Amino acid sequence: MPDKILTKDGLDTFIQKLLTDYDLYAPVLKGADHTWSKIQDSQDVAWEFANTAKSPKKFFLPQSERLLHFTNNPDDPNGMIMHEEPGPDRPKTLLNIRPCDAKAFDVLDLVFCQDEQAPDVYWKSKRDAALLIGLACKSPCPTCFCFSVNCGPHHQEGLDILLVDLDSELLVRPLTSKGEAVSADLKKAPQEAVDKADEQKTQAEQAMTSRVDMERLQERTVLEEYDQAIWDRVHESCINCGTCTFYCPTCHCFDIQDETQDEFGHRVRNWDTCMSWLFTHHTSGHNPRGSKKDRVRQRFMHKFKYMPIKLGGAIGCVGCGRCTQKCPVNIDVCEVVNSMNE
Amino acid sequence: MSDITNQLRQRAKDLLAQGTVDCVIGYAKGSVPMQEKPYFATTPEEADNLVWSGFCVNNLANFLIGRSGKNAIVAQGCVSRNIIGLIKENQVQREDVYILGVHSPGMIDASKVQSHFPGRTITDVFEDGKEIVVRGMDFEERLPRKKFKRQNCFTCTHRNAVLYDEFIGQEGPQTGGGNIDNVAEPWEKLPPDQRWAEFEAAFKDCIRCYACRNVCPLCYCNICFVDENNPQWVGKSQVDADIYTFHILRAFHCTGRCTDCGACESACPVGINMRVLTKKLEKDIRDKYDYQPGLDLESVPPLSTYRADDPEIS
Repeated sequence: MPDKILTKDGLDTFIQKLLTDYDLYAPVLKGADHTWSKIQDSQDVAWEFANTAKSPKKFFLPQSERLLHFTNNPDDPNGMIMHEEPGPDRPKTLLNIRPCDAKAFDVLDLVFCQDEQAPDVYWKSKRDAALLIGLACKSPCPTCFCFSVNCGPHHQEGLDILLVDLDSELLVRPLTSKGEAVSADLKKAPQEAVDKADEQKTQAEQAMTSRVDMERLQERTVLEEYDQAIWDRVHESCINCGTCTFYCPTCHCFDIQDETQDEFGHRVRNWDTCMSWLFTHHTSGHNPRGSKKDRVRQRFMHKFKYMPIKLGGAIGCVGCGRCTQKCPVNIDVCEVVNSMNE
Repeated sequence: MSDITNQLRQRAKDLLAQGTVDCVIGYAKGSVPMQEKPYFATTPEEADNLVWSGFCVNNLANFLIGRSGKNAIVAQGCVSRNIIGLIKENQVQREDVYILGVHSPGMIDASKVQSHFPGRTITDVFEDGKEIVVRGMDFEERLPRKKFKRQNCFTCTHRNAVLYDEFIGQEGPQTGGGNIDNVAEPWEKLPPDQRWAEFEAAFKDCIRCYACRNVCPLCYCNICFVDENNPQWVGKSQVDADIYTFHILRAFHCTGRCTDCGACESACPVGINMRVLTKKLEKDIRDKYDYQPGLDLESVPPLSTYRADDPEIS
């Protein structure tokens, strides 16, 4: 698929066309941060930003999602029977999603759709319907380390289109047939625009100051890594809140609850967090991850050891750095992974 | 490096080398701007990592709970008051803790600084006397420190450690310049429906990560009421009623115990000012019981006592 070119003047037409088929969301500056917001007007779309404070995982895995509903009355002949929820009316486009966040969706596909016969329909239906238009990163943050976890500032996995901002125009790189369809009207990009985009890619990769090394970590057995002395120190300052897991674009653990109020009942899937003791608390009272150390170790081992083993090398981290930015006690993911690798 | 940091490192080294304590709980330099990290120095060498600055926004008293051995802890006014509270509530034994008292410079509010540079990436912030220097990818600006202090530090009444085994550096001014009663009063003037609207606006962004609870030295229940699931008191979904229940009950549980350390607000990833509730409740405690938490080891906290001749018992 050849690269296309879109002048910033032509952006409004491009966006208006998207709006006929999709609900459009993009990062918008709200208060101090950029937030995923519904777009009606192309003027609202932000082009200069690092990344959104929260990841866009909520679009396919909402923090609270009603899966089924029922009439909470055993005496009603139709009571206590679970009914499906209606699907969304219109598919979504996520415009200007960062490559790390799109890569995270690819990682989560491996989790939610690992069995082709029985994928997670709530994830898959929304994911399949969406169009993802990425915006390549010009200047990575000090907490970004995507380049050392199978990703990068111009990474394409998970995207339908990658945009590269060349100031007065955008290089449009269609990556899927869906992406090709919405960019069909655009002109082919001149070679100099393609070269400029490539140059920008190299610059962005070189500008990344944070990195993690995983060589020794990958060579060790699970138990060797699990028994490392570092875990006695890493957890010391952790307060076991859920911030890292909720901000993480690849954390995906959930809890399912049936909730009722009067005659209404529903089954809800909520984000859960492995940092909470309740996450693994058994009905018997036993807790296999009863200590803070167990829980902190679990989160890093899951992402950097168990997931690669289980999912053909895929790391459960895309290097967005949100956990490091948001952690109330500054547990730095790069420091932890590098110490796991020592 | 500040004088306090130097003195702190030296004293921490001595205490660890002499075996007076097993660990010194303090702060080390953080890896992100405006945030030092809680740090546990267990050897004289590790004591060299300790720092004291205007970015020490946690409440270290939190880490004493359930910790074994003898620990030294760096404590400014509020933290020392929470240690007193924990001693009174039998969570910490006085003889197990060695308090390194300090004067608080007033901590910097990272969200205020970020709000001054909307949407821009701050890469480094350092203190320079009465100013802070903020650096970003493509900018550098000097800001007056005073304007970017946390609100609780502005209205602070006890900046020096209240209880300590030794004081590091000199004691300084006790107050931060503001009046906490003035900050708490607006609630009192609002009609009920407007109060509720203000309350909803304050907590609408909560994501239920419980960082505010977990970072707080008052919240040490073995099982918090929101985690209790047999029976389950509070729903788990993103439902207003459950979110509000958490915040209202949390605030009430802190009443007469909160030292206004501000750790909850600094920890909140979405920037909720949950002190809107606690500062009003603490004002009630001051007005009705003439009590301020954590100022001495003897007085009985008003909500931990019962009097048969209480005028409200008939």
